[in-house]
Amino acid sequence: MELGDEISVEINTRVRALEFLIQHEAPAGVVETVPTFRSLLVYYDPGQVGYETLCATLGALAAQAEAAVLPPARLVEIPCCYDPELGPDLAAAAERLGLSVDELVSLHASVEYLVYFVGFTPGLPYMAGVPDRIQLPRLPTPRVKVPPGSVGLGGAQFCIYSVESPGGYWLLGRTPVRLYDPEAAEPTLLRAGDRVRMRRIDRVEYDALAARVSARDYQPVIA
Amino acid sequence: MIRVVDPGPQTTVQDLGRPGHLRDGIPPSGPVDVRAFVIANRLAGNLDGAAGLECTLLGPRFTVETACAIAVTGADAPVTVNGEAAPAWTTLVLAAGDTVRIGAARAGVRVYVAFSGGLDVPPALGSRATYLRGRLGGVEGRGLRRGDVLRVFPAPSPPARRLPALEVPSFEAEPEIRVVLGPQADRFTAEGIAAFLGGPYEMLPQSDRMGARLAGPRIAHARGHDIISDGIALGSIQVPGDGQPIVLLVDRQSTGGYTKIATVGSFDIGRIGQVKPGQRVRFRAVDVLEAHRLRRSWEAALAGALGGGIAAVPAA
Repeated sequence: MELGDEISVEINTRVRALEFLIQHEAPAGVVETVPTFRSLLVYYDPGQVGYETLCATLGALAAQAEAAVLPPARLVEIPCCYDPELGPDLAAAAERLGLSVDELVSLHASVEYLVYFVGFTPGLPYMAGVPDRIQLPRLPTPRVKVPPGSVGLGGAQFCIYSVESPGGYWLLGRTPVRLYDPEAAEPTLLRAGDRVRMRRIDRVEYDALAARVSARDYQPVIA
Repeated sequence: MIRVVDPGPQTTVQDLGRPGHLRDGIPPSGPVDVRAFVIANRLAGNLDGAAGLECTLLGPRFTVETACAIAVTGADAPVTVNGEAAPAWTTLVLAAGDTVRIGAARAGVRVYVAFSGGLDVPPALGSRATYLRGRLGGVEGRGLRRGDVLRVFPAPSPPARRLPALEVPSFEAEPEIRVVLGPQADRFTAEGIAAFLGGPYEMLPQSDRMGARLAGPRIAHARGHDIISDGIALGSIQVPGDGQPIVLLVDRQSTGGYTKIATVGSFDIGRIGQVKPGQRVRFRAVDVLEAHRLRRSWEAALAGALGGGIAAVPAA
Protein backbone atom coordinates (compact mmCIF):
# COMPACT_ATOMS: atom_id res chain seq x y z
CA MET A 1 0.00 0.00 0.00
CA GLU A 2 1.60 3.26 -1.12
CA LEU A 3 0.34 6.37 0.66
CA GLY A 4 2.55 8.94 -1.04
CA ASP A 5 5.83 9.42 -2.80
CA GLU A 6 7.98 11.48 -0.46
CA ILE A 7 9.61 11.32 2.94
CA SER A 8 7.37 13.33 5.24
CA VAL A 9 6.16 13.04 8.81
CA GLU A 10 2.54 13.29 7.61
CA ILE A 11 2.71 10.43 5.09
CA ASN A 12 4.73 8.21 7.43
CA THR A 13 2.25 8.86 10.23
CA ARG A 14 -0.55 7.63 7.98
CA VAL A 15 1.50 4.52 7.13
CA ARG A 16 1.96 3.75 10.84
CA ALA A 17 -1.71 4.51 11.54
CA LEU A 18 -2.74 2.08 8.77
CA GLU A 19 -0.51 -0.60 10.28
CA PHE A 20 -2.02 0.06 13.70
CA LEU A 21 -5.56 -0.28 12.32
CA ILE A 22 -4.61 -3.56 10.60
CA GLN A 23 -3.14 -4.89 13.87
CA HIS A 24 -6.29 -3.83 15.66
CA GLU A 25 -8.84 -5.12 13.11
CA ALA A 26 -6.83 -8.23 12.18
CA PRO A 27 -8.42 -8.69 8.72
CA ALA A 28 -8.53 -12.31 7.53
CA GLY A 29 -5.45 -13.51 5.73
CA VAL A 30 -3.00 -10.78 6.81
CA VAL A 31 0.21 -12.42 8.02
CA GLU A 32 2.53 -9.52 8.82
CA THR A 33 3.22 -5.92 7.93
CA VAL A 34 6.32 -3.80 7.37
CA PRO A 35 5.95 -0.01 7.59
CA THR A 36 8.43 2.16 5.67
CA PHE A 37 8.66 5.89 4.84
CA ARG A 38 5.62 6.08 2.57
CA SER A 39 4.31 2.56 2.13
CA LEU A 40 3.16 -0.45 4.08
CA LEU A 41 4.16 -3.94 2.92
CA VAL A 42 1.33 -6.35 3.73
CA TYR A 43 2.09 -10.07 3.65
CA TYR A 44 -1.05 -12.16 3.19
CA ASP A 45 -2.11 -15.74 2.64
CA PRO A 46 -4.02 -15.95 -0.65
CA GLY A 47 -5.55 -19.19 0.63
CA GLN A 48 -7.43 -17.14 3.22
CA VAL A 49 -8.28 -13.96 1.36
CA GLY A 50 -8.55 -12.96 -2.31
CA TYR A 51 -6.46 -10.11 -3.71
CA GLU A 52 -9.46 -7.90 -4.61
CA THR A 53 -11.15 -8.43 -1.24
CA LEU A 54 -7.98 -7.63 0.65
CA CYS A 55 -7.34 -4.50 -1.43
CA ALA A 56 -10.87 -3.29 -0.66
CA THR A 57 -10.43 -3.93 3.08
CA LEU A 58 -7.06 -2.18 3.19
CA GLY A 59 -8.39 0.72 1.14
CA ALA A 60 -11.20 1.26 3.66
CA LEU A 61 -8.72 1.18 6.55
CA ALA A 62 -6.37 3.58 4.72
CA ALA A 63 -9.21 6.10 4.56
CA GLN A 64 -9.31 6.13 8.38
CA ALA A 65 -5.53 6.10 8.83
CA GLU A 66 -4.59 9.33 10.56
CA ALA A 67 -2.47 10.41 13.51
CA ALA A 68 -5.41 10.39 15.93
CA VAL A 69 -5.70 6.58 15.87
CA LEU A 70 -2.11 6.04 17.06
CA PRO A 71 -1.23 5.52 20.73
CA PRO A 72 1.15 8.09 22.28
CA ALA A 73 4.72 7.76 21.02
CA ARG A 74 7.52 6.59 23.32
CA LEU A 75 10.47 8.92 23.89
CA VAL A 76 13.78 7.05 24.04
CA GLU A 77 16.93 8.71 25.28
CA ILE A 78 20.08 7.38 23.62
CA PRO A 79 23.37 8.25 25.35
CA CYS A 80 26.02 9.07 22.75
CA CYS A 81 29.73 9.76 23.09
CA TYR A 82 30.86 12.20 20.39
CA ASP A 83 34.54 11.34 20.56
CA PRO A 84 36.96 11.27 17.58
CA GLU A 85 37.93 7.71 18.43
CA LEU A 86 34.30 6.52 18.35
CA GLY A 87 33.13 8.96 15.67
CA PRO A 88 35.98 9.03 13.14
CA ASP A 89 34.24 11.58 10.84
CA LEU A 90 33.41 14.08 13.59
CA ALA A 91 36.24 16.53 12.87
CA ALA A 92 35.95 16.27 9.08
CA ALA A 93 32.17 16.77 9.21
CA ALA A 94 32.53 19.85 11.42
CA GLU A 95 35.17 21.32 9.14
CA ARG A 96 33.10 20.71 6.02
CA LEU A 97 30.09 22.37 7.69
CA GLY A 98 32.19 25.33 8.89
CA LEU A 99 31.29 24.61 12.51
CA SER A 100 33.26 23.73 15.59
CA VAL A 101 32.94 20.13 16.77
CA ASP A 102 31.08 21.44 19.80
CA GLU A 103 28.54 23.34 17.66
CA LEU A 104 27.97 20.29 15.46
CA VAL A 105 27.36 18.03 18.47
CA SER A 106 25.08 20.56 20.14
CA LEU A 107 22.97 20.85 17.00
CA HIS A 108 22.79 17.08 16.57
CA ALA A 109 21.70 16.55 20.16
CA SER A 110 19.30 19.51 20.13
CA VAL A 111 16.29 17.95 18.41
CA GLU A 112 13.95 14.99 18.76
CA TYR A 113 14.09 12.52 15.90
CA LEU A 114 11.19 10.40 14.63
CA VAL A 115 11.84 6.71 13.94
CA TYR A 116 10.04 6.42 10.58
CA PHE A 117 10.59 2.67 10.57
CA VAL A 118 13.00 -0.04 11.62
CA GLY A 119 14.62 -2.18 8.97
CA PHE A 120 17.40 -3.23 6.65
CA THR A 121 19.29 -4.92 9.49
CA PRO A 122 17.69 -6.02 12.79
CA GLY A 123 16.70 -3.05 14.94
CA LEU A 124 18.18 -0.34 12.70
CA PRO A 125 16.09 2.86 13.01
CA TYR A 126 15.53 5.06 9.96
CA MET A 127 15.32 8.57 11.36
CA ALA A 128 15.05 11.95 9.64
CA GLY A 129 14.71 15.53 10.80
CA VAL A 130 18.42 16.35 10.98
CA PRO A 131 18.74 20.17 11.33
CA ASP A 132 19.46 21.79 7.92
CA ARG A 133 22.66 23.37 9.21
CA ILE A 134 24.32 19.96 9.73
CA GLN A 135 23.16 18.06 6.65
CA LEU A 136 25.89 16.46 4.54
CA PRO A 137 25.80 14.23 1.43
CA ARG A 138 26.76 10.62 2.11
CA LEU A 139 30.44 9.66 2.10
CA PRO A 140 31.81 9.23 -1.43
CA THR A 141 33.19 5.80 -0.53
CA PRO A 142 31.22 3.74 1.99
CA ARG A 143 33.13 2.01 4.76
CA VAL A 144 33.30 -1.77 4.56
CA LYS A 145 32.73 -2.21 8.28
CA VAL A 146 30.96 0.10 10.69
CA PRO A 147 30.81 -1.05 14.33
CA PRO A 148 27.37 -1.46 15.95
CA GLY A 149 26.23 1.55 17.94
CA SER A 150 27.84 4.00 15.51
CA VAL A 151 25.83 7.16 15.03
CA GLY A 152 25.86 8.36 11.41
CA LEU A 153 24.60 11.30 9.36
CA GLY A 154 23.64 11.21 5.67
CA GLY A 155 21.59 14.07 4.21
CA ALA A 156 18.48 14.67 6.29
CA GLN A 157 18.74 11.12 7.59
CA PHE A 158 20.41 9.84 10.67
CA CYS A 159 20.91 6.27 11.76
CA ILE A 160 22.39 4.19 14.51
CA TYR A 161 23.99 1.02 13.16
CA SER A 162 22.52 -2.02 14.91
CA VAL A 163 24.98 -4.68 13.73
CA GLU A 164 28.41 -4.51 12.13
CA SER A 165 27.73 -3.67 8.49
CA PRO A 166 28.98 -1.57 5.57
CA GLY A 167 27.90 2.07 5.76
CA GLY A 168 28.11 5.36 3.91
CA TYR A 169 27.12 7.79 6.66
CA TRP A 170 29.41 10.28 8.43
CA LEU A 171 30.19 8.74 11.81
CA LEU A 172 29.89 11.29 14.62
CA GLY A 173 30.01 9.08 17.70
CA ARG A 174 28.81 5.89 19.27
CA THR A 175 26.24 4.76 21.80
CA PRO A 176 27.00 1.98 24.28
CA VAL A 177 23.33 0.90 24.05
CA ARG A 178 22.61 -2.21 21.99
CA LEU A 179 19.91 -1.60 19.41
CA TYR A 180 19.96 -5.32 18.63
CA ASP A 181 20.82 -8.05 21.11
CA PRO A 182 20.07 -11.55 19.81
CA GLU A 183 20.30 -13.01 23.31
CA ALA A 184 17.65 -10.71 24.79
CA ALA A 185 14.01 -11.80 25.07
CA GLU A 186 13.13 -8.72 23.00
CA PRO A 187 16.13 -8.39 20.69
CA THR A 188 15.33 -4.95 19.23
CA LEU A 189 15.10 -1.69 21.17
CA LEU A 190 13.48 0.86 18.85
CA ARG A 191 10.16 0.65 17.00
CA ALA A 192 8.50 2.62 14.22
CA GLY A 193 6.96 5.77 15.67
CA ASP A 194 9.38 6.16 18.59
CA ARG A 195 10.86 9.58 19.30
CA VAL A 196 14.60 9.60 19.95
CA ARG A 197 16.70 12.16 21.73
CA MET A 198 20.49 11.97 21.94
CA ARG A 199 22.14 12.63 25.30
CA ARG A 200 25.77 13.70 25.06
CA ILE A 201 28.06 11.69 27.33
CA ASP A 202 31.82 11.79 27.86
CA ARG A 203 34.21 8.91 27.36
CA VAL A 204 34.26 8.02 31.05
CA GLU A 205 30.48 7.63 31.12
CA TYR A 206 30.57 5.77 27.78
CA ASP A 207 32.99 3.20 29.19
CA ALA A 208 30.97 2.85 32.38
CA LEU A 209 27.69 2.38 30.48
CA ALA A 210 29.33 -0.05 28.04
CA ALA A 211 30.42 -2.18 30.99
CA ARG A 212 26.90 -2.10 32.42
CA VAL A 213 25.40 -2.99 29.03
CA SER A 214 27.75 -6.00 28.84
CA ALA A 215 26.66 -7.04 32.33
CA ARG A 216 22.98 -6.59 31.28
CA ASP A 217 22.59 -4.01 33.99
CA TYR A 218 21.55 -1.00 31.89
CA GLN A 219 18.45 -0.02 29.96
CA PRO A 220 18.07 3.35 28.23
CA VAL A 221 15.45 5.74 29.58
CA ILE A 222 12.10 5.24 27.84
CA ALA A 223 9.30 7.68 28.64
CA MET B 1 22.40 -36.94 20.32
CA ILE B 2 24.20 -36.06 17.10
CA ARG B 3 27.95 -35.45 17.06
CA VAL B 4 29.21 -33.34 14.17
CA VAL B 5 32.41 -34.80 12.71
CA ASP B 6 32.65 -32.47 9.73
CA PRO B 7 30.09 -29.65 9.35
CA GLY B 8 30.44 -28.93 5.61
CA PRO B 9 30.81 -25.33 4.37
CA GLN B 10 27.48 -24.03 5.70
CA THR B 11 25.15 -26.24 7.66
CA THR B 12 22.50 -24.58 9.82
CA VAL B 13 19.59 -25.65 11.99
CA GLN B 14 16.27 -24.56 10.45
CA ASP B 15 12.59 -24.97 11.23
CA LEU B 16 9.72 -23.31 9.34
CA GLY B 17 10.99 -19.89 10.45
CA ARG B 18 9.94 -16.93 12.59
CA PRO B 19 7.35 -14.85 10.74
CA GLY B 20 6.14 -11.63 12.34
CA HIS B 21 9.42 -9.79 12.98
CA LEU B 22 10.18 -8.16 9.64
CA ARG B 23 8.90 -4.87 11.07
CA ASP B 24 11.84 -5.06 13.51
CA GLY B 25 14.24 -5.86 10.66
CA ILE B 26 14.40 -9.58 11.52
CA PRO B 27 13.76 -11.90 8.55
CA PRO B 28 11.80 -15.17 8.85
CA SER B 29 14.73 -17.46 7.93
CA GLY B 30 13.71 -21.14 7.64
CA PRO B 31 14.51 -23.48 4.73
CA VAL B 32 14.97 -22.00 1.25
CA ASP B 33 13.35 -25.13 -0.22
CA VAL B 34 10.28 -25.58 2.01
CA ARG B 35 8.96 -28.60 0.09
CA ALA B 36 12.14 -30.65 0.50
CA PHE B 37 12.35 -29.67 4.18
CA VAL B 38 8.75 -30.66 4.95
CA ILE B 39 9.05 -33.98 3.12
CA ALA B 40 12.23 -34.80 5.09
CA ASN B 41 10.29 -34.23 8.31
CA ARG B 42 7.38 -36.44 7.22
CA LEU B 43 9.78 -39.25 6.30
CA ALA B 44 11.35 -38.94 9.76
CA GLY B 45 7.88 -39.13 11.35
CA ASN B 46 7.93 -35.50 12.51
CA LEU B 47 5.61 -32.53 12.50
CA ASP B 48 6.26 -30.46 9.37
CA GLY B 49 7.97 -27.74 11.38
CA ALA B 50 10.41 -29.84 13.45
CA ALA B 51 13.97 -28.48 13.42
CA GLY B 52 16.44 -30.15 11.05
CA LEU B 53 19.53 -29.24 9.07
CA GLU B 54 20.00 -27.25 5.88
CA CYS B 55 23.34 -28.02 4.20
CA THR B 56 24.87 -26.06 1.33
CA LEU B 57 26.57 -27.68 -1.69
CA LEU B 58 28.55 -30.12 0.45
CA GLY B 59 26.93 -32.05 3.25
CA PRO B 60 28.16 -32.83 6.75
CA ARG B 61 29.46 -35.98 8.36
CA PHE B 62 27.94 -36.82 11.74
CA THR B 63 27.56 -39.70 14.17
CA VAL B 64 24.28 -40.49 15.90
CA GLU B 65 24.92 -41.42 19.52
CA THR B 66 21.40 -42.74 20.09
CA ALA B 67 19.28 -44.79 17.71
CA CYS B 68 16.99 -42.63 15.55
CA ALA B 69 15.54 -42.32 12.07
CA ILE B 70 16.63 -39.68 9.59
CA ALA B 71 15.73 -38.61 6.08
CA VAL B 72 17.86 -36.74 3.54
CA THR B 73 16.11 -34.68 0.82
CA GLY B 74 16.68 -31.63 -1.36
CA ALA B 75 19.71 -31.37 -3.63
CA ASP B 76 20.91 -34.63 -5.21
CA ALA B 77 23.92 -35.61 -3.10
CA PRO B 78 25.41 -39.02 -2.26
CA VAL B 79 24.47 -40.34 1.19
CA THR B 80 26.37 -43.08 3.02
CA VAL B 81 25.75 -44.77 6.37
CA ASN B 82 28.95 -46.33 7.76
CA GLY B 83 30.39 -46.09 4.24
CA GLU B 84 27.48 -47.90 2.54
CA ALA B 85 25.38 -46.01 0.00
CA ALA B 86 21.93 -45.10 1.32
CA PRO B 87 18.92 -43.65 -0.53
CA ALA B 88 17.71 -40.07 -0.28
CA TRP B 89 13.96 -39.20 0.05
CA THR B 90 13.66 -42.32 2.23
CA THR B 91 13.36 -43.04 5.96
CA LEU B 92 16.76 -44.31 7.18
CA VAL B 93 16.72 -46.17 10.51
CA LEU B 94 20.01 -45.72 12.33
CA ALA B 95 21.60 -47.49 15.28
CA ALA B 96 23.63 -45.78 17.99
CA GLY B 97 27.14 -45.15 16.67
CA ASP B 98 26.22 -45.02 12.98
CA THR B 99 28.06 -42.40 10.93
CA VAL B 100 26.28 -40.58 8.14
CA ARG B 101 28.09 -38.73 5.40
CA ILE B 102 26.47 -36.49 2.81
CA GLY B 103 28.74 -35.68 -0.12
CA ALA B 104 28.87 -32.91 -2.71
CA ALA B 105 25.62 -32.01 -4.47
CA ARG B 106 25.56 -33.36 -8.04
CA ALA B 107 22.52 -31.22 -8.81
CA GLY B 108 20.85 -28.61 -6.63
CA VAL B 109 22.37 -26.63 -3.76
CA ARG B 110 20.54 -27.30 -0.51
CA VAL B 111 20.27 -30.67 1.20
CA TYR B 112 17.92 -31.20 4.17
CA VAL B 113 18.36 -33.70 6.97
CA ALA B 114 15.48 -34.41 9.35
CA PHE B 115 15.90 -36.42 12.59
CA SER B 116 13.02 -38.30 14.21
CA GLY B 117 11.86 -36.11 17.10
CA GLY B 118 13.53 -33.00 15.66
CA LEU B 119 16.62 -31.13 16.85
CA ASP B 120 16.42 -29.72 20.36
CA VAL B 121 18.04 -26.28 20.28
CA PRO B 122 16.65 -23.35 22.27
CA PRO B 123 14.02 -21.36 20.36
CA ALA B 124 14.65 -17.65 19.78
CA LEU B 125 11.55 -15.50 19.18
CA GLY B 126 9.54 -18.70 18.94
CA SER B 127 11.68 -20.43 16.31
CA ARG B 128 14.78 -22.65 16.12
CA ALA B 129 15.70 -21.34 12.65
CA THR B 130 19.21 -19.93 12.31
CA TYR B 131 19.61 -16.35 11.06
CA LEU B 132 23.36 -16.14 10.53
CA ARG B 133 23.77 -12.38 10.00
CA GLY B 134 21.70 -11.67 13.10
CA ARG B 135 23.41 -14.43 15.16
CA LEU B 136 19.90 -15.60 16.11
CA GLY B 137 18.44 -19.07 16.67
CA GLY B 138 19.96 -22.47 15.85
CA VAL B 139 23.24 -23.27 17.60
CA GLU B 140 24.35 -19.95 19.12
CA GLY B 141 23.14 -18.20 15.98
CA ARG B 142 25.89 -19.77 13.86
CA GLY B 143 26.50 -22.61 11.43
CA LEU B 144 27.54 -26.02 12.76
CA ARG B 145 31.15 -26.64 13.73
CA ARG B 146 33.21 -29.77 14.11
CA GLY B 147 32.59 -31.26 17.54
CA ASP B 148 29.13 -29.74 18.05
CA VAL B 149 26.76 -32.06 19.87
CA LEU B 150 23.07 -31.57 19.07
CA ARG B 151 20.28 -33.00 21.18
CA VAL B 152 17.29 -34.65 19.54
CA PHE B 153 13.83 -34.82 21.11
CA PRO B 154 12.88 -38.39 22.00
CA ALA B 155 10.44 -39.94 19.53
CA PRO B 156 9.15 -43.38 18.59
CA SER B 157 10.67 -44.98 15.50
CA PRO B 158 8.58 -43.92 12.46
CA PRO B 159 7.39 -46.29 9.73
CA ALA B 160 10.00 -46.60 6.97
CA ARG B 161 8.71 -44.81 3.87
CA ARG B 162 9.98 -43.53 0.55
CA LEU B 163 8.75 -40.61 -1.57
CA PRO B 164 7.43 -41.98 -4.88
CA ALA B 165 10.04 -41.49 -7.62
CA LEU B 166 7.66 -39.29 -9.66
CA GLU B 167 7.53 -36.80 -6.79
CA VAL B 168 11.32 -36.55 -6.39
CA PRO B 169 12.30 -33.26 -8.07
CA SER B 170 14.32 -33.35 -11.25
CA PHE B 171 16.81 -30.53 -11.47
CA GLU B 172 16.26 -29.01 -14.90
CA ALA B 173 19.18 -27.51 -16.84
CA GLU B 174 17.47 -24.11 -17.23
CA PRO B 175 14.42 -23.82 -14.99
CA GLU B 176 11.69 -21.33 -15.76
CA ILE B 177 10.88 -19.22 -12.71
CA ARG B 178 7.44 -17.60 -12.55
CA VAL B 179 7.27 -13.94 -11.46
CA VAL B 180 4.66 -11.23 -11.00
CA LEU B 181 5.91 -7.92 -12.45
CA GLY B 182 6.10 -4.97 -10.06
CA PRO B 183 5.97 -3.13 -7.73
CA GLN B 184 8.34 -0.81 -9.63
CA ALA B 185 8.20 -2.34 -13.12
CA ASP B 186 7.30 1.16 -14.37
CA ARG B 187 10.82 2.30 -13.44
CA PHE B 188 12.32 0.20 -16.25
CA THR B 189 12.33 0.74 -20.02
CA ALA B 190 10.34 -1.60 -22.30
CA GLU B 191 13.71 -2.92 -23.51
CA GLY B 192 14.75 -3.49 -19.89
CA ILE B 193 11.65 -5.57 -19.15
CA ALA B 194 12.12 -7.49 -22.42
CA ALA B 195 15.75 -8.22 -21.48
CA PHE B 196 14.65 -9.47 -18.04
CA LEU B 197 11.98 -11.79 -19.48
CA GLY B 198 14.28 -12.87 -22.33
CA GLY B 199 17.22 -13.89 -20.18
CA PRO B 200 18.81 -16.25 -19.47
CA TYR B 201 20.50 -15.33 -16.17
CA GLU B 202 23.36 -17.20 -14.60
CA MET B 203 23.51 -17.88 -10.85
CA LEU B 204 26.57 -16.27 -9.25
CA PRO B 205 28.65 -17.96 -6.53
CA GLN B 206 28.18 -15.08 -4.05
CA SER B 207 24.49 -16.04 -3.73
CA ASP B 208 23.37 -17.02 -0.23
CA ARG B 209 20.28 -17.33 1.96
CA MET B 210 19.84 -13.56 1.82
CA GLY B 211 19.71 -13.29 -1.94
CA ALA B 212 20.35 -15.08 -5.24
CA ARG B 213 22.63 -12.91 -7.37
CA LEU B 214 22.29 -13.37 -11.11
CA ALA B 215 24.16 -12.16 -14.19
CA GLY B 216 22.78 -11.80 -17.70
CA PRO B 217 21.30 -9.26 -20.12
CA ARG B 218 21.44 -5.78 -18.61
CA ILE B 219 18.05 -4.50 -17.38
CA ALA B 220 17.82 -0.80 -18.23
CA HIS B 221 16.18 1.63 -15.82
CA ALA B 222 13.88 4.34 -17.15
CA ARG B 223 14.74 6.94 -14.47
CA GLY B 224 17.35 6.01 -11.90
CA HIS B 225 17.75 2.91 -9.80
CA ASP B 226 17.02 4.36 -6.37
CA ILE B 227 13.62 4.61 -4.72
CA ILE B 228 12.54 5.81 -1.30
CA SER B 229 13.39 2.70 0.75
CA ASP B 230 10.44 0.35 1.13
CA GLY B 231 9.62 -3.23 2.13
CA ILE B 232 11.19 -6.24 0.41
CA ALA B 233 8.97 -9.32 -0.01
CA LEU B 234 10.11 -12.93 -0.25
CA GLY B 235 11.16 -13.28 -3.89
CA SER B 236 11.43 -9.53 -4.59
CA ILE B 237 13.84 -8.96 -7.49
CA GLN B 238 15.97 -5.88 -6.96
CA VAL B 239 17.83 -4.34 -9.84
CA PRO B 240 20.63 -1.99 -8.72
CA GLY B 241 22.48 0.39 -11.02
CA ASP B 242 24.45 -2.40 -12.74
CA GLY B 243 21.22 -3.75 -14.26
CA GLN B 244 21.69 -7.26 -12.81
CA PRO B 245 18.89 -8.90 -10.79
CA ILE B 246 19.05 -10.06 -7.16
CA VAL B 247 16.26 -12.36 -5.91
CA LEU B 248 15.74 -11.83 -2.16
CA LEU B 249 15.29 -14.99 -0.11
CA VAL B 250 14.52 -16.09 3.45
CA ASP B 251 17.33 -14.19 5.25
CA ARG B 252 16.67 -10.98 3.28
CA GLN B 253 16.99 -7.43 4.52
CA SER B 254 13.47 -6.25 5.44
CA THR B 255 13.69 -2.99 3.48
CA GLY B 256 15.80 -1.53 0.71
CA GLY B 257 16.20 1.35 -1.70
CA TYR B 258 16.71 -0.31 -5.10
CA THR B 259 13.97 -0.61 -7.73
CA LYS B 260 12.18 -3.97 -7.76
CA ILE B 261 11.17 -5.23 -11.19
CA ALA B 262 9.18 -8.32 -10.13
CA THR B 263 8.53 -10.89 -7.40
CA VAL B 264 9.19 -14.63 -7.68
CA GLY B 265 6.10 -16.65 -6.67
CA SER B 266 6.52 -18.38 -3.29
CA PHE B 267 5.94 -21.73 -5.08
CA ASP B 268 9.16 -21.17 -7.11
CA ILE B 269 11.43 -19.98 -4.27
CA GLY B 270 12.59 -23.53 -3.56
CA ARG B 271 13.29 -24.10 -7.25
CA ILE B 272 15.44 -20.99 -7.69
CA GLY B 273 17.11 -21.77 -4.36
CA GLN B 274 18.30 -25.09 -5.82
CA VAL B 275 19.96 -23.49 -8.86
CA LYS B 276 23.72 -24.01 -8.66
CA PRO B 277 26.26 -21.27 -9.30
CA GLY B 278 27.02 -21.30 -13.03
CA GLN B 279 23.60 -22.74 -13.91
CA ARG B 280 21.07 -20.54 -15.75
CA VAL B 281 17.41 -19.63 -15.24
CA ARG B 282 14.74 -17.83 -17.24
CA PHE B 283 11.89 -15.71 -15.88
CA ARG B 284 8.28 -15.83 -17.08
CA ALA B 285 5.67 -13.23 -16.07
CA VAL B 286 2.29 -14.35 -14.71
CA ASP B 287 -0.47 -12.14 -13.29
CA VAL B 288 -1.51 -12.09 -9.62
CA LEU B 289 -4.50 -14.41 -10.10
CA GLU B 290 -2.41 -16.95 -12.00
CA ALA B 291 0.23 -16.75 -9.25
CA HIS B 292 -2.46 -17.47 -6.65
CA ARG B 293 -3.67 -20.46 -8.67
CA LEU B 294 -0.09 -21.79 -8.92
CA ARG B 295 0.40 -21.30 -5.21
CA ARG B 296 -2.81 -23.15 -4.36
CA SER B 297 -1.84 -26.12 -6.50
CA TRP B 298 1.69 -26.13 -5.00
CA GLU B 299 0.22 -26.04 -1.49
CA ALA B 300 -2.29 -28.78 -2.29
CA ALA B 301 0.43 -31.01 -3.75
CA LEU B 302 2.63 -30.51 -0.69
CA ALA B 303 -0.28 -30.99 1.71
CA GLY B 304 -0.94 -34.36 0.09
CA ALA B 305 2.68 -35.55 -0.16
CA LEU B 306 3.25 -38.83 1.69
CA GLY B 307 -0.40 -38.87 2.68
CA GLY B 308 -0.23 -35.51 4.40
CA GLY B 309 1.52 -34.00 7.38
CA ILE B 310 0.78 -32.34 10.65
CA ALA B 311 0.72 -28.53 10.78
CA ALA B 312 0.33 -26.44 7.68
CA VAL B 313 2.99 -24.82 5.56
CA PRO B 314 3.55 -21.26 6.81
CA ALA B 315 2.06 -18.43 4.82
CA ALA B 316 4.68 -16.57 2.85
